[in-house]
Amino acid sequence: MLKTFKIGGVHPAENKLSASKAIEVLTLPKTVFIPVGQHIGAPAEAIVKKGDKLMVGQLIAKSSGFVSANIHSSVSGTVKKVETGPDTSGYPKMGIYIDVEDDIWDEQIDRSAELKSEINLDSAAILAKIQNAGIVGLGGATFPTHVKLMPPKGMKAEVLLINGVECEPYLTSDHRMMLEHGEELIVGVKLLMLALNVDKATIGIENNKQDAIAKMSGLVAGHKNISVVPLKVKYPQGGEKQLIKAVTGREVPSGALPISVGAVVTNIATTYAVYEAVQKNKPLFERVVTVTGKTVKNPSNFKVRIGTTVSELIEAAGGLPENCGKIINGGPMMGKAFANTEIPVTKGTSGILIMPEKEAKRSETMPCIRCSRCVSVCPMGLEPFLLMTLSEKQMWEGAENEKVMDCIECGSCSYTCPANRPLLDFIRLGKVKVGALIRSRKP
Amino acid sequence: MSKLFTISPSPHVHSGDSVNKIMYGVLLALLPAFIWSVMMFGLDSVRVTLIAVAACVGFELLIQKFILKVKPQIADGSAALTGVLLAFNVPSSVPSWMLIVGALVAIGIAKMPFGGLGNNPFNPALVGRVFMLISFPVNMTSWPVAGSFGVDAVTAATPLALLKEGIKSGQPVVEILKGLPANMDLFLGNMGGSLGEISALALLLGGVFMLIRKIITWHIPVSVMVSAAIFSGIFWLIDPSKFADPIFHLVTGGLMLGAFFMATDMVTSPMNPKAQIIFGAGIGILTILIRFWGAYPEGVSFAILIMNALVPLLNRYVKPKRFGEVKIQSTNG
Amino acid sequence: MTTIILYTVLTLSIIGVLSAIILYFVAQKFKVYEDPRIGQVETALPGANCGGCGFAGCRAFAEACVSKGELADLFCPVGGNDTMGGVADILGIVAEKKDPRVAVVRCNGTCEHRPKTNFFDGPVSCAIASTLYSGDTGCQYGCLGCGDCVVACDFDAIHMNPVTGLPEVDDEKCVACGACVKACPKTLIELRKKRPKDRKIYVSCRNQDKGGVARKSCAVACIGCSKCEKECKFDAITIANNLAFIDSDKCTLCRKCVSVCPTNAIIEYNFPPRKVAVAEQPVSVPEKPKEVTVPISSEPKSSEL
Repeated sequence: MLKTFKIGGVHPAENKLSASKAIEVLTLPKTVFIPVGQHIGAPAEAIVKKGDKLMVGQLIAKSSGFVSANIHSSVSGTVKKVETGPDTSGYPKMGIYIDVEDDIWDEQIDRSAELKSEINLDSAAILAKIQNAGIVGLGGATFPTHVKLMPPKGMKAEVLLINGVECEPYLTSDHRMMLEHGEELIVGVKLLMLALNVDKATIGIENNKQDAIAKMSGLVAGHKNISVVPLKVKYPQGGEKQLIKAVTGREVPSGALPISVGAVVTNIATTYAVYEAVQKNKPLFERVVTVTGKTVKNPSNFKVRIGTTVSELIEAAGGLPENCGKIINGGPMMGKAFANTEIPVTKGTSGILIMPEKEAKRSETMPCIRCSRCVSVCPMGLEPFLLMTLSEKQMWEGAENEKVMDCIECGSCSYTCPANRPLLDFIRLGKVKVGALIRSRKP
Repeated sequence: MSKLFTISPSPHVHSGDSVNKIMYGVLLALLPAFIWSVMMFGLDSVRVTLIAVAACVGFELLIQKFILKVKPQIADGSAALTGVLLAFNVPSSVPSWMLIVGALVAIGIAKMPFGGLGNNPFNPALVGRVFMLISFPVNMTSWPVAGSFGVDAVTAATPLALLKEGIKSGQPVVEILKGLPANMDLFLGNMGGSLGEISALALLLGGVFMLIRKIITWHIPVSVMVSAAIFSGIFWLIDPSKFADPIFHLVTGGLMLGAFFMATDMVTSPMNPKAQIIFGAGIGILTILIRFWGAYPEGVSFAILIMNALVPLLNRYVKPKRFGEVKIQSTNG
Repeated sequence: MTTIILYTVLTLSIIGVLSAIILYFVAQKFKVYEDPRIGQVETALPGANCGGCGFAGCRAFAEACVSKGELADLFCPVGGNDTMGGVADILGIVAEKKDPRVAVVRCNGTCEHRPKTNFFDGPVSCAIASTLYSGDTGCQYGCLGCGDCVVACDFDAIHMNPVTGLPEVDDEKCVACGACVKACPKTLIELRKKRPKDRKIYVSCRNQDKGGVARKSCAVACIGCSKCEKECKFDAITIANNLAFIDSDKCTLCRKCVSVCPTNAIIEYNFPPRKVAVAEQPVSVPEKPKEVTVPISSEPKSSEL
């Protein structure tokens, strides 16, 4: 029996179209737009102005607090302007426009491809490097990694979990990363263990990535404190709480952080970024993005500089298909649809999914037949049908009592509802309202 | 921009399941029992089923079109399912007009006034059936002898009715059971009874089909049957001369039909596994209670309706196990 | 037989008398004094329980009126001055007269003025659409057209116009309870002073983008050019964040600002046609569409609920 989390979960069609495509480096764009708020927390403060000359890897926006992250230039060239630009949300976001000239890297960065496995830094130095490099969770949540690695007082990390689950259908960037950069990842894991001061690390990989499991298992053979755990394919196993449950059997209490059970989870791409930042002095300014979709000519995995427009990515994958109906930033279960292809790739962009018209529209909504499937698939043990009704009737206190804030917005309920009810849409609204309610209570 | 992209909240994919697929799946699962009933009762069972379905669908259409004035939704299959279940719960000899009255009660009283699909607190087919049973007791309790079609006016009581009669006249149960078909025959469906209830085997087949297709979960049918078996088993062990054995109770009186098709009706059953098990156990125990000490020889319909009434309460007070409802396990706490 | 009846009647009577005595003492013991004026005030109120006064319902409002003993911050928008006069009489004080108000929707981004940039395929709810993204047009400030205001209205006073896709207030029915104001996630609805013959002049736009950007997303956007501000002799118009605002308490309905607005963002309603001299100016005034009898199509709604 393969390990997995216990309650709920669904298994959407995997559609990992680009799983066999090696990571390609995308050609440099002509201009980039780098937003200053690419992470959860306070946006960084721009420290460059129009006309400044930049090198690749140069700091252009400084972290403005503990829960914030530095932003580095992903290209060399001249700052065109510091102004608002487009965003998936449709609301303009502040950022830095740079005209690309050549490709001159900061001399500090080690550009060689050779593996640097020897570690000669202590915990504090590693943490400082991670913080300076502006590393955030690259799985999509974009939570600043250094914050995660510094447990609050009184808490201690016991185990490090590396999330190689990639449970979202279509996405393959982490899968390719494990296949192509396994050695670096192991070094990254060791760095994180050192930073956290834990002596155990586990890499969780879903069983649909046999080649990655084989590769990583081979690599960890020499390290007795790092292990690889194959997991049963089930969405949303990539959720922090679900992964911890699946791998360690520990259950993060409602409303608490994973650290409360001694676990820290980072994903594959983040671990690789940590390796690069610490061993190669390379700040986070590029990432791997899967561009995929059933009608896309060449579904691929691209290594992209942050700030490149999405339209360039789509062009590289064979252009926007004729019958494109929806473009999604991320995977089909939790990704965000957007209409403007001029938005930039940010640290949180794990994939660009293009859906044909006939799949883009939702089916007609029917009355709830109380089949209770939403309850049985909810990985948090909630009752989505009830939360939706409470939210619809604006009974926010009721929703709070029914633990609406525990919802991880995985979308399993809406995915499975035979009546096509917009369960998650209303639950999300409930979360927004209840969140405001809770905040308003605090003095 | 010439073409507009669609924006919608996540998730952007769907399982492809639909209400219609569920309803037609249940109908398909009822097919074996229907075939068996045609073999046993002949064309009369076709007549009864067709009339019940046509009446239910017809009433729903009329109510939606002329009273509620909404877009008719009869294609969802729920009215047809109510019709089939109603037909399966009546003797094949029942006059057509009574069926139509039953269908009117099922759709016009038990379903549509509450808001139609998804909002009815009681199983419409059972409400229709119980209404018929109380209003037309004679027609509803004289069953044609199974396999004797073509011969007019041959009627017989169900095994449970015979048992009740026998106990009333003071015969020991063992003696009565000797006069009844063996449990194996009862399991296969060689007995008198309503259209769809007679063959436990055919119903079991349909039930397994629904379980495999994930239309239903095991919680309700299993808890109904286990609780009925245990509860009747206790009394049988205490005094076998007064009470029939649990197997007999399981294969007679529509318990299988109730457990797999009526109690599992999504709209009128609880919304989480824990509550479903309580619900099922309640049905099993109530059924046996009614059979032992009630006025009616069989009690599945009443038991389900009574438990239907408790569903809102169960939904409110029995909650699924929430993730993270645990004490902090690590030393960090 | 008679004895049985006698005994029954006697027993029941004794039980009845005993219970009455117990109840009397219990009632005395647990008596809670309640100001009788609360009940009187409550009767004087409209009883709509709309919450327009800021309290949970008419009863809560009545309690507040009685306990405060003055009506300075308390006002029932539904009943208006008449009702408040009645309440004041009960309390033996004088109510301050307040101007009646009416809800006004400050967006004129109809389909022709404001082209769509994407297609929203989610629940018909402004609240959900606005938590998801900026909206299905280029204007992030404009009406989303899902009709949360219509749902919020207890008085059937606001309806979607299916042609423009925008809500319209029925001045006759609007009681200025403010439910729609709270419901609108884009804060487009404002309660403005009610004028004779329901005349109104207001800036029908909330776009705070710079002129060029605003103009690009919507043809009738306020571009913050401040021409109206200069034109106004009564200091009723202020410009903030590239957006003009006409204070309905100061505005004298002189209509001068309407003519100077280059984008027709200022709207006038229920005025007689202008005199020829004024009408020569090339101003096209958007007319209020006739009484809309078609309410928002309720079909998608019912299927959502």
